[in-house]
Amino acid sequence: MNVHQLLSQFQATGLESSFHGRHIAPQIMADLNGANWGLEDYVARGGYAALRKILGQDGGEGLTQDQVIATVKESGLRGRGGAGFPTGLKWSFMPRQFPGQKYLVCNSDEGEPGTCKDRDIMQFNPHAVIEGMAIAAFAMGINVGYNYIHGEIFQTYERFEEALEQARAAGFLGQAIMGSSFNFQLHASHGFGAYICGEETALLESLEGKKGQPRFKPPFPASFGLYGKPTTINNTETFAAVPWIIRNGGAAYLACGKPNNGGTKIFSISGDVERPGNYEIPMGTPFSKLLELAGGVRTGRQLKAVIPGGSSAPVLPASVMMDITMDYDSIAKAGSMLGSGAVIVMDDSRCMVKALQRLSYFYSHESCGQCTPCREGTGWLWRMVDRIENGHGRASDLDMLDSVAGDIMGRTICALGDAAAMPVRGMLKHFRDEFVYHVEHKTCVVGAYV
Amino acid sequence: MISDATKARFDREVAKFPADQKQSAVMACLAIVQQELGWVSPESEQAVASHLGMAPMAVHEVTTFYNMYNQKPLGKYKLNVCTNLPCQLRGGAKAMAHLERTLGIHAGQTTPDGLITLQPSECQGACADAPVLLVNDRTMCSFMSNDKLDQLIEGLRSAEGAL
Repeated sequence: MNVHQLLSQFQATGLESSFHGRHIAPQIMADLNGANWGLEDYVARGGYAALRKILGQDGGEGLTQDQVIATVKESGLRGRGGAGFPTGLKWSFMPRQFPGQKYLVCNSDEGEPGTCKDRDIMQFNPHAVIEGMAIAAFAMGINVGYNYIHGEIFQTYERFEEALEQARAAGFLGQAIMGSSFNFQLHASHGFGAYICGEETALLESLEGKKGQPRFKPPFPASFGLYGKPTTINNTETFAAVPWIIRNGGAAYLACGKPNNGGTKIFSISGDVERPGNYEIPMGTPFSKLLELAGGVRTGRQLKAVIPGGSSAPVLPASVMMDITMDYDSIAKAGSMLGSGAVIVMDDSRCMVKALQRLSYFYSHESCGQCTPCREGTGWLWRMVDRIENGHGRASDLDMLDSVAGDIMGRTICALGDAAAMPVRGMLKHFRDEFVYHVEHKTCVVGAYV
Repeated sequence: MISDATKARFDREVAKFPADQKQSAVMACLAIVQQELGWVSPESEQAVASHLGMAPMAVHEVTTFYNMYNQKPLGKYKLNVCTNLPCQLRGGAKAMAHLERTLGIHAGQTTPDGLITLQPSECQGACADAPVLLVNDRTMCSFMSNDKLDQLIEGLRSAEGAL
């Protein structure tokens, strides 16, 4: 057996993560089976009809740039990468009349612990991203785009490159798309192991062939982006949502979510559930329903805590989670954030100190080192949590953790500092007793970590 | 020296970017070098620098900033096991421990026969498929139970050809 044959046995098929038939009213995940990722199948599902429509190549009059942006605004689509910024509004910030080169960038540097949705979108429905980007490019008068893909999912990068070739060959990318006057060149690029490159300006630096160290904002990418040119950056899932919105209208998209939280969202559920995976559900679906889709908490265990929006989001206890719905506003009101939609579930066998120890190590490891509060503070946080976990904690450490976290927040160029501090504060807020127990008894209240 | 075939791969990457922005291809070029030679040597950095019109130090900054570039020669197969929290909750750390026992080495080390280097990694973006590991940067293995890990190691020991 050669090594390729050997490794192919261990490759994920998407069967467990995305083709479980447990989505609710899916749009991006609808009718996917793993084999039908290619262009012909995408077109058979209604793909590229939205692009055809806006270009007036379906017998209609076409849409103006303003109409496309208005439709996206009406849809209530908000950025699916983590910040939740209204997409239509972001597109309207682009100086469309800028005389020089402008760029469109897709942020597929999906490295937020807990998140694996963009991988499955690009692996199993790559043309939805390509079509969404082409529509965005049309709306903002952009003719060059890049999709920057997480280096660890190299096979997905290669899949996306293959999809790009298909789209070029079919005339959906390139010069005079579908016989119109619209030109759009799209390329894929990859990272190589740096969490920070998911931050949009670090991503731009990386695309320029440099260390991925975030830029100070302002200026924002809309005025000074890739190569110093006006640039719009959206997440993979955001782009993938766009074709559906153009085909069905902004109002229809908004209607399947809830006000100010339009559409469906793909949640990546990991941790202590029976069926971890990606679940596409309407915004505003109760968490309890989502948990049920994922098979519930591991057999024989009780829900203890959930990190509802990727590792940077503050943890919430079970009692709070079971009462909230999965949308930006509801989770924010509960004191956390929807973030990238990564739901990390922990059951009653889990030690919160140990969980925080691993996360704090991660942020310390991935700090780019540019800002002193983050570079020094994340290491400090990790060392304190590490010694508490290992039975060497001091009573003063708990207040010190809070103080160091507070001194990082708001004092750094990018959000990584905040992302390191928020989990610490969330854990102390909801599970302070566990930390106190560790310090006082030099051991864990939960007992053996299973 | 880099071969003409490698240069052709470089140029495919360079062509994605504006003519005056060849540096943008540095990430891909270094990944190509690593795939072909197993690591990024100072000589390779020089070659990439001259191909892209960059200062060698600017290339070195990239090599040293990103986690996945090998700054020294490693085993024939580099295994990166994700140990971040979502994976840890589903056996990521156990998979690492199992590999350490099976291979008789610690994370960060290479087997004495030079076949396998074992490393931890941060989130690979495959949290639902845990435990996951990456073989030589480009091939992900998912749902790696102890049985599958044994099968993988046995297979790598007897596999023909290279990745």
